[in-house]
Amino acid sequence: MTEAQSELVLRVDAYPTHEVGGYRVRAGKPFPFGANVVPGGVSFSVFSDQATSMSLVIYKRGEPEPMAELEFPEEFRTGSVFAMTVFGLDHENIEYGYRADGPFDPASGHRFDARQVLSDPYARLIAGRDVWGVEPDRSRGYQYRSRVCLQDFDWGDDTPLGIRAEDLVVYETHVRGFTRHPSSGVTAPGTFAGLREKIPYLKELGVNCVELLPVFEFDECDNPRSNPETGEKLYDYWGYNTVSFFAPKAGYAATGRYGMQGDEFRTLIKDLHAAGIEVILDVVFNHTAEGNEQGPTISFKGLDNATYYMLTPEGYYFNFSGTGNTVNCNHPVVRNYVLDCLRHWVADYHIDGFRFDLAAILGRSADGTPLPNPPLLELLAYDPVLRHTKLIAEAWDAGGLYEVGNFPAYGRWAEWNGKYRDTVRSFLKGDPGITGELATRIAGSPDLYSSRGTSASVNFLTAHDGFTLADLVSYNDKHNEANGEGNNDGGNDNASWNCGAEGPTDDPGINALRLRQMKNALAILFTSQGIPMLLAGDEVARTQQGNNNTYCQDNELSWFDWDQVDDNAELLRFTRQMIAFRKRHRELRSTSHPTGALRDSLGLPDISWHGERAWQPDWSPESRLLAVARCGTGDDDVVYVAMNSHWESHDLELPALPGGRSWHLFADTGAEAPYDIRTPGAEQELDNAGKYLIGPRSVVILVGRTNDPETTGTP
Amino acid sequence: MTLNLKQRRNKASTVLVATGEINSETSGSMLQALLPLVREGRPLRIDLTAVTYVSSAGLRTLLVVYREAQHAGVSVTLYGVSEEVRFVMSATGFLDFFEAGEAAAAEAKVQAGTVR
Repeated sequence: MTEAQSELVLRVDAYPTHEVGGYRVRAGKPFPFGANVVPGGVSFSVFSDQATSMSLVIYKRGEPEPMAELEFPEEFRTGSVFAMTVFGLDHENIEYGYRADGPFDPASGHRFDARQVLSDPYARLIAGRDVWGVEPDRSRGYQYRSRVCLQDFDWGDDTPLGIRAEDLVVYETHVRGFTRHPSSGVTAPGTFAGLREKIPYLKELGVNCVELLPVFEFDECDNPRSNPETGEKLYDYWGYNTVSFFAPKAGYAATGRYGMQGDEFRTLIKDLHAAGIEVILDVVFNHTAEGNEQGPTISFKGLDNATYYMLTPEGYYFNFSGTGNTVNCNHPVVRNYVLDCLRHWVADYHIDGFRFDLAAILGRSADGTPLPNPPLLELLAYDPVLRHTKLIAEAWDAGGLYEVGNFPAYGRWAEWNGKYRDTVRSFLKGDPGITGELATRIAGSPDLYSSRGTSASVNFLTAHDGFTLADLVSYNDKHNEANGEGNNDGGNDNASWNCGAEGPTDDPGINALRLRQMKNALAILFTSQGIPMLLAGDEVARTQQGNNNTYCQDNELSWFDWDQVDDNAELLRFTRQMIAFRKRHRELRSTSHPTGALRDSLGLPDISWHGERAWQPDWSPESRLLAVARCGTGDDDVVYVAMNSHWESHDLELPALPGGRSWHLFADTGAEAPYDIRTPGAEQELDNAGKYLIGPRSVVILVGRTNDPETTGTP
Repeated sequence: MTLNLKQRRNKASTVLVATGEINSETSGSMLQALLPLVREGRPLRIDLTAVTYVSSAGLRTLLVVYREAQHAGVSVTLYGVSEEVRFVMSATGFLDFFEAGEAAAAEAKVQAGTVR
């Protein structure tokens, strides 16, 4: 018997028992939640603890008014779950929602409003924002419409890749921004399909993980502001105000207008996996698009406000997220919801990992108190489905909780290492007295992660939030006027330096220094222990013209300009070679923090620190020079990295190498291209074995090895 | 919109000519028309020249037919796929299955040719 024939298998629950509103129905199954296609019909299941009645509202696809409204019979309720199977529905051509009645008593936390039709929190597909940026008809009562879909994608042999955390090179990007620019040359700019066409670029760059800014359905049109200089409409471009947690954003799919965003996104993931690239999603469980008392009622607010949100004793919304509300994520119902959601993305979309926005909130109790042992974080750490999924915390929130190094990890959680970013930026711009902390950060921050290993640290210098790398070396101050908030939005503590002029300049000296500073940053990032994360476009000097908060800028300020691939080919080449170098040298990816222990085979410690004189690092308050040598993990090479943020050059005395080895030059950011960097394995042997002159504000990378490059390096 | 289906038997294959839209309303009838043809064991060609739209359910139906045919060792080829339908099939990954099938068939044909 083939699969198609097996549909003939009889089920006694495939027959209706009741008639409601002209539709044949029977009691549904409380689990799983959401809308699920069952023999002969669709089973709908929704939770509300305090609703006095619940109706299923069904629309013919795209119609303003419902075609049916079916109240759940009392006997269809199990506990606080309303469940009903409706027969004879053409699931492809309907949209649905719920109407929940119950008390409106904000002081007790209840905000039921039977006038509203509510999105299903478990909807796997949402209609209503099908094509990016199309201004919606807000006179419609029901904006974000739940849809029914099948979960039958043909994955072939695909599975999450399971790349070891320490081997990751993460590339943070935005689905739309990556290919929306006219220069991208893809068939469907700004979409999952467009990103799929750029997989060869990613592969050539050498990254093995893309981290996507939020892809759960959000409303890009919910930003009321406009650019005060041009009058252009501003958007919610980044997408951190989630409307629906189980649904991929339709406007990110070229096929969103046909409701095929799920398959388009899965096809992207499948092809990324085939290219050896993992997918991490930036997920936002700290708040929702429903805002505070003034915000819209979309779903949770009308279904069970008191369960889903952290409320003050007076019934107002706590605002630890800085956006109006805070999800009550350690409530038993809500943590199961978060778990169900993540399982869905892993099981049905083969997602490899998650980066949790403002994750410190996920450790707070219902009244906002930080918990010593947050049940949600523990649940996610031990869940069978998520067991090998990467979990990365942005370990702070807008309520002042800063947990970098202290995030409850259960041996599983990694963190965005904000201290790495701050320290390396400060060193790069030439602040004195940073060498001590710099040493700690590039060695994988053992002060923060001694029991968790280096891969608990996601090292980054730039991310979507803040300056791009090119802007970090071109601007002292943020320039956010285009955001319409009088330049008051965005962080002020950027630790940036413009190299002598604010913004674009024709001064060749300044431009050369900026390029060198970018190379310095990349050289340090990719030789640091921990997981490196690169912001998309930094490899080609993408600029946002000094705007450090482009959350609302759906335009060339945010988009990846593909002409820069040619225009800034020198920096791109440098980045590629640095990534290749990291892959070749396991000592840069060691999971354990170095201890200084002697490696017997080499007679050198696993890590050693140096200054102008070998073995004599300068930790003094005026020092701006530090060199580090690593060896002994995986191969017999010694990797030496000298970092000089001083404006003068220095003579470096190089440490002596054990027998048969000599120093070879891999990179010197002070040298003109193409001599700034070489292909790993084809490094140039130094003429003067014991010395090297490091230029002003430069990074030099040497490899101590034998003269047969084929025997060195461990991929 | 409805879907019209017509069969034509060539010397080497059976051709099913579809006209209209393949969606959740019409895909059932297409499946009913195609499955018996798959079971006959003759190479099957589906002519989509006059198909303006294939919905999610329609694409799934085509893939089910492909899987059934694969199971029965019968070749299925799509042709006349419009640019828009081809793009949708490509973006959602469905085209990969059929293109792989076409490539394999072409290769088999070449190999058969060389043997002769």
